Amino acid sequence: MVEFALPKNSRVVTGKTWPRPEGATNVRAFRIYRWDPDTGENPRIDTYFVDLDTCGPMMLDALIKIKNEIDPTLTFRRSCREGICGSCAMNIDGINTLACIWGIDEVKGDVRIYPLPHMPVIKDLVPDLTHFYAQHASIKPWLETSTVTPEHEWRQSPEDRKKLDGLYECVMCACCSTSCPSYWWNGDRYLGPAALLHAYRWIIDSRDEATGERLDNLDDPFKLYRCHTIMNCAQTCPKHLNPAKAIAEIKMLMVERQM
Amino acid sequence: MADVNRGNRPLSPFMIGSVYRPQITSVMSILHRLTGIGIGLTGVLVVWWFLAASTSPYYFDFADGLLTSWIGNLILFLALVSLWYHFFNGIRHLFWDAGKGFELGQVRTTGIATAVAAGVMSIVTITIALWG
Repeated sequence: MVEFALPKNSRVVTGKTWPRPEGATNVRAFRIYRWDPDTGENPRIDTYFVDLDTCGPMMLDALIKIKNEIDPTLTFRRSCREGICGSCAMNIDGINTLACIWGIDEVKGDVRIYPLPHMPVIKDLVPDLTHFYAQHASIKPWLETSTVTPEHEWRQSPEDRKKLDGLYECVMCACCSTSCPSYWWNGDRYLGPAALLHAYRWIIDSRDEATGERLDNLDDPFKLYRCHTIMNCAQTCPKHLNPAKAIAEIKMLMVERQM
Repeated sequence: MADVNRGNRPLSPFMIGSVYRPQITSVMSILHRLTGIGIGLTGVLVVWWFLAASTSPYYFDFADGLLTSWIGNLILFLALVSLWYHFFNGIRHLFWDAGKGFELGQVRTTGIATAVAAGVMSIVTITIALWG
C-alpha cells in the first residue's frame, strides 16, 4: 500500500554526537542510522567523526574504523570488501550501493548512511532480507529440465551463453529492489527487480526446459506488472546491471507467447 | 511470505527527497503519474464547461468566468504543459514496452528531450492560441 510517512515506532530521532579525534586535520562527519532491538527506543542518527588521514579510501573502511576505534556497538554486514558478496549493501548519500566499493571521496560533505530503504531493521544497518530471499527462491533459480540428463554437462553454444551476460553477475545485494518505489509499496506481492532479473536469467537460458511454467508463474498483476519502468533499479545497481530491461524482456515474452 | 516483523522492528527510512536521492528517472516517473491524474481531472473540468454552455446562459457565464479567471487560466496552462509532458513521456514508455532505450545514457537523453519537447510545444500551443 502506498505510504509516505514512517510508522510511529520507526521515526528517526537525533542521537549521540561522538567526540572528534584529537589532533586530526582531515576529518569527515558520518551520520549513521542506529537502532538497538534491546532498548525498544526509536531509531536515531548518531554522528561520528573520522580522521581520513588514517582511514582507508572506501565507505566500508570508515565503518570498520568507527567500529574498531569509536563505537564497537555499531552493527553492519560485511564480508568480501571487493563488491562480490553483496553483504555491505546500504543507503549511502541517498543512493543504495555497496559500502566496500563506494569511495569516501565520492561524497561531498557529511556522509549519511541508512539501512536499505523500506525494510524491517534487525539492528543498525542490518535489514531483514528473509522475504527478499523467499521471493528469489519462488522463481526457482536453478536449471529445470525434463529430458534425460546427459552423460556429461548440459551443452550450450557460445551465442546462447552470451545471453546470460549482464544477468548472471547479480550478487543479490538487494540494492535494486529496495530502491524501487513499487517494491516499497507492494513488496509483499511484487517480486521486485532482483528476483525478476533472476527469473529472466533462467527463462532465456537455452538449457532450461521450464520456460512456459516460469512465465505462467510470473503472469500475475502484482508479481511482474507492478514494474512501472521507474528505473531506480538500473540507476543504483553496484554491478551496473539493468533489471528494468530484463523485466521489459519478460513482459515482451508474455505478449509474444499469446500471439 | 515470511514473517519479517518479529520484535516490533522499525521500518527503515525510504522516501524520495528526504532519504532517497531524487534522480531524473524517478522524478520523471512521478511526474508522469501526476500529469496523468491532472489532465484527467482537467478533462472533467472542460466537459463541465461545455455542459454549462448547453444548460443556460447564466450557468455558462458562471463556469466561463471561473475558467477564464487568472486561476482558471493557470489551471488550464498547467494542464497544457501536463498534456504535452504526458504525451512525450508516453512515447518514451512505448519504446520501453518494445524493449528499447533502457541504457542509462539513453534514459537520461530521452528524459531531457521529453522535458524540452513538452516546454517547447506548450509555448507553441499558447502562441497559436493567442495570436494564431
